[in-house]
Amino acid sequence: MYENLWLIPFFPLLGAIINGLFGKKIRNEKIIGGIGTAAIFASFVVSCTYFFRLLDDSVKTHQQVVSSWMQVGNLSLDWGFLLDPLSALMIMVVTGVGTLIHLYSVGYMHGEDGFYRYFSYLNLFCFSMLMLVLGNNAMVMFLGWEGVGLCSYLLIGYYFQKKSAGDAAKKAFVVNRVGDFAFLLGIFTLFWALGSDHGIWTLNFVDIAEHGHLLGTGGIVTFITMCFFIGATGKSAQIPLFTWLPDAMEGPTPVSALIHAATMVTAGIYMIGRMNGLFAASPDTMMVIAIVGALTAIFAASIGLMQNDIKRVLAYSTVSQLGFMFLAMGVGAFYIGIFHLMTHAFFKACLFLGSGSVIHAMSGEQDMRYMGGLKKHMPYTHATFFIATLAIAGVPGLAGFFSKDEVLWYAFASNQGHWALWLMASIAAVMTAFYMFRLLFLTFYGKERITEHARKHLHESPLIITLPLMVLALLSLIGGYVGVPKILGGGMNIKYYLEPVFGDSVARYGIAKLQYGYSAAYVLMGLSIVLAFAGIGLAYYFYIKNPALPGQLADRFKGTYRVILNKWYVDELYDALFVNPCKRLGTFLWKSFDVLIVDGIVNGVAKLTRGISLAMRYSQTGYVHNYALTMVIGVVLALALYVFRH
Amino acid sequence: MNEFPLLSLMTFFPILGMLVLLFLPKDSQGLLKGFTLIVTLVTFAISLPLAFNDVFKTSAAMQYTEFARWISVGDYFQMNYNVGVDGISLWLVLLTTFIMPIAVLSTWKAVDKHVKGYMALLLLLETAMLGAFISLDLFLFYIFWELMLIPMYFMIGIWGGKNRIYAAVKFFIYTAVGSLLMLVAIIALYYMAAQAGLAGDGFSIAEFYKLNIAGSKQNWLFLAFAFSFAIKVPMFPVHTWLPDAHTEAPTAGSVILAAVLLKMGTYGYIRFAMPLFPEATMQFIPWLSALAVFGIVYGALVAMMQTDVKKLVAYSSVSHLGFVMLGVFALNMEGLTGGMIQMINHGITTGALFLIVGFLYERRQTRNIADFGGIAKKMPILTTIFMIVTFSSIGLPGTNGFVGEFLILLGAYQGELRWFAAVATTGVILGAVYMLWMFQRVMFGELKNPENEKLQDLSLREIVLMVPLVICIFWIGLLPNSFFEKMNPSLEQLINQVKNRPAVVQVENSPTVSLVPELKNKVLLD
Repeated sequence: MYENLWLIPFFPLLGAIINGLFGKKIRNEKIIGGIGTAAIFASFVVSCTYFFRLLDDSVKTHQQVVSSWMQVGNLSLDWGFLLDPLSALMIMVVTGVGTLIHLYSVGYMHGEDGFYRYFSYLNLFCFSMLMLVLGNNAMVMFLGWEGVGLCSYLLIGYYFQKKSAGDAAKKAFVVNRVGDFAFLLGIFTLFWALGSDHGIWTLNFVDIAEHGHLLGTGGIVTFITMCFFIGATGKSAQIPLFTWLPDAMEGPTPVSALIHAATMVTAGIYMIGRMNGLFAASPDTMMVIAIVGALTAIFAASIGLMQNDIKRVLAYSTVSQLGFMFLAMGVGAFYIGIFHLMTHAFFKACLFLGSGSVIHAMSGEQDMRYMGGLKKHMPYTHATFFIATLAIAGVPGLAGFFSKDEVLWYAFASNQGHWALWLMASIAAVMTAFYMFRLLFLTFYGKERITEHARKHLHESPLIITLPLMVLALLSLIGGYVGVPKILGGGMNIKYYLEPVFGDSVARYGIAKLQYGYSAAYVLMGLSIVLAFAGIGLAYYFYIKNPALPGQLADRFKGTYRVILNKWYVDELYDALFVNPCKRLGTFLWKSFDVLIVDGIVNGVAKLTRGISLAMRYSQTGYVHNYALTMVIGVVLALALYVFRH
Repeated sequence: MNEFPLLSLMTFFPILGMLVLLFLPKDSQGLLKGFTLIVTLVTFAISLPLAFNDVFKTSAAMQYTEFARWISVGDYFQMNYNVGVDGISLWLVLLTTFIMPIAVLSTWKAVDKHVKGYMALLLLLETAMLGAFISLDLFLFYIFWELMLIPMYFMIGIWGGKNRIYAAVKFFIYTAVGSLLMLVAIIALYYMAAQAGLAGDGFSIAEFYKLNIAGSKQNWLFLAFAFSFAIKVPMFPVHTWLPDAHTEAPTAGSVILAAVLLKMGTYGYIRFAMPLFPEATMQFIPWLSALAVFGIVYGALVAMMQTDVKKLVAYSSVSHLGFVMLGVFALNMEGLTGGMIQMINHGITTGALFLIVGFLYERRQTRNIADFGGIAKKMPILTTIFMIVTFSSIGLPGTNGFVGEFLILLGAYQGELRWFAAVATTGVILGAVYMLWMFQRVMFGELKNPENEKLQDLSLREIVLMVPLVICIFWIGLLPNSFFEKMNPSLEQLINQVKNRPAVVQVENSPTVSLVPELKNKVLLD
């Protein structure tokens, strides 16, 4: 019944190969874009079939092995796929949002040099992401994991003539590699720990879920899961490895929407969900995840408050929202993390694509200081953007409200939670409402501050761009209804949907147990609604009511303002701590060790040999009497030696 | 068991070709190059039955063996022509025959001085390399080993870059010093074998494997071999000949040097140093692994700061070969298999990198990173191929580099080498840093240098010689089992041999001086 899972990643791969090899010859944008979009749409169709088939199926875990990948010693790795409720949900998000973004890209990338290259990369990305999601063992996941990193590299560096784009691409890949280093260590430790101590040689997720508990709850499982988590902080842009994501905005905007908002950056969350049995076993790791998540949420939101580049605000917002998801994972509410992942994919993709529509209309302008009053020029973009902004801000009834409120609730009430985590997340939520409405007001409302150049082509985007926006806005409106909590009379369907994946470990380790009752839940929910509106109101006061105020405040708190504007100088810190010392060390080893010491010795020996032979040359005079004398001396010495020894 | 002397035909076909080549007119370059290409292609064809023979899947024994009495000196010095192939040498032999036509094809435009000499040396080199891989007699191995040195020396010294004489002499002296130590150890080994009554088959390594040499003597012999091979690998800190030799050598020379010659060192460990002296090996593994890991990080850090593309690739070799050695020293199936496949990978990937550097050099007469920049726009085909090769070198999953690095680190992570492996894993970060930084500076950015405006994309010939390498990158990356299954039996045997060798013949720790008279007596008694 599930023997064609391989088709899901296969279609985009095929699309990538066709466009990559022949796109240059095809030339016609409609055909190239058509191939790319059709490829991902085909996998969306297959994904839908499997998603609904799985819904009706009583068996919830299915594997398909296509062939063997590596068979060495104790290691046995397959090219295998795994479909369960978690991966089924993910492939729906990836292929669904992916299809919309492909469609949008046909309009957005119109007339670009290297149109075929773009679609080939975008398809390749979808292939990698689907491998990541569908892989039935850690190495197929890792293949996808690094594959999405590669595509991210290629797409961030799409405008490769720009040095900043090349730098950003490289930075993204290298920072991710730091995370991947930890990921690999985690895999190695897991493999040997399960293998040599328990005789289970496997990297298969189903086996890990079944036998992972053998590792106990001590140091070894903490080490393994910490390694995986560090890997996740790379891919999902958390502290300390988040610095690449804001720079990644150098890529075309649809790429930011697909890769750096909706799908790739959520891979870390997905990975924790995939190996939830191991993570649940380590309370220490879970605590670290929750703290890092909450810190990242508040930290990134604070930077988002001050950015002037429309895409950078959204980038920091993504980092912050991912922090919410990690917080949920860390307090044991795995399904809430996945829930927020899904709703975030809808509204953040909508926001990014909306900002792309704005940038497109403004002839490439990204600075919000030169926007304003766009509402009347771009009604559809504005409407969809408005809905998505309401959703992310946590206005009741929209998708973001349900998922974010659950995150806050579990941060407070779960037995892994803490009021301090809740407080941090709540502050981050206020900031979110504030910076998102700041963005909305600066862009679509108030006085027009548009440059002459941008005004010339100012127009609403064509249907091929606004249609995906509308679909995503609709999803931002209704996407939360799969997870309406009990206190609002809902059924929390997503919890029961994901139960087969998370149920075992939640029960085994007794995590995510609520410590408080309904009344506390109502109070907190009310509070978070108040906070959301407070953030919105504050933004209104600052940017509509009293537009001069932000500048005055910035002048008043110059130091703080500058630190935050410069992203807390984290990039500079990393340069000073890691990048420059490495470069200096490299130069030192090369110029001092290699050239001076090793070659010094080698050349020194050569010189010495030459020197000795030069000296010896003088003894070779060619005169017979000199040689005779030498002989006589030799004979005398030999005789003397003989005499004295006996 | 095989009557037909396939290995001899394969090994000596190039040298036969060389003899014919010498009679060809020296001015018709096309003919000389074409003829050499055909000879190497035929050699490749001759070697192909090895790849399709399934006996390697089940047997660790030597296949295609040939044996002939060769040189006898007096009564007791016996050297034999004794060759064969097992799962360890199989892929290295095939790598050699596979890479040679590509190397020849790369000279088409690059070499126009003394073409005849160049081609003759290439063919001589091929015979020497193949001979070294198939030798089962230590003395025969030594002859081929030394024979490789000569053509390479001349290739660097005559067709090399500006600093070629220094590089050639450095290469020669380094390698010769190592070889001499090995020669001494080989002779000592022979005397011990003779003393133990095992020298009937001359320098046969199969007989030598049975020796159980006592304590410190074994250590000294091991160190002599290990030092000699370490220079060839090259392992830190005896690697400094490599950047010079690689940088100054002509493209085909660099390709062969990287793809095959360096593998002689790693192969030497696997075939000779480790199984001949297992106790010493076990004793020195922590030290050698430390050097390997140091080499990984060191090579990567130094590569990062290079300004010359070719030198960068050369230093990356130091790093990659460090991985190979770490995998070998892990002495389990994962690590050893990883080390073996990484030897092949390095041949393919670094070979391809040197070819690419050659393409750029032929067009611009410079290898300076700063002289390039923004050429992706001018050379889209090169960009694609270069990128695939770059990511293979970085070890992206799906490419060959990943399979090797992953297995090596996984293997090394077991047991005592765990923390070495953890440090070595940082090599995957640094690898990405230096390769991507180089790639960005060469290919991306604005095209500022007007010299680069007139760059032509790859010609059909250049594409043809890169495509087989690109295919191998993905083949090994996606379906490496076809390679693994044929090395498995031999590697299992090797691990067994080194880790728990059955002591067969004891050699006492007695003064070496007394060996010769005893030996004479023994022979007389026979």
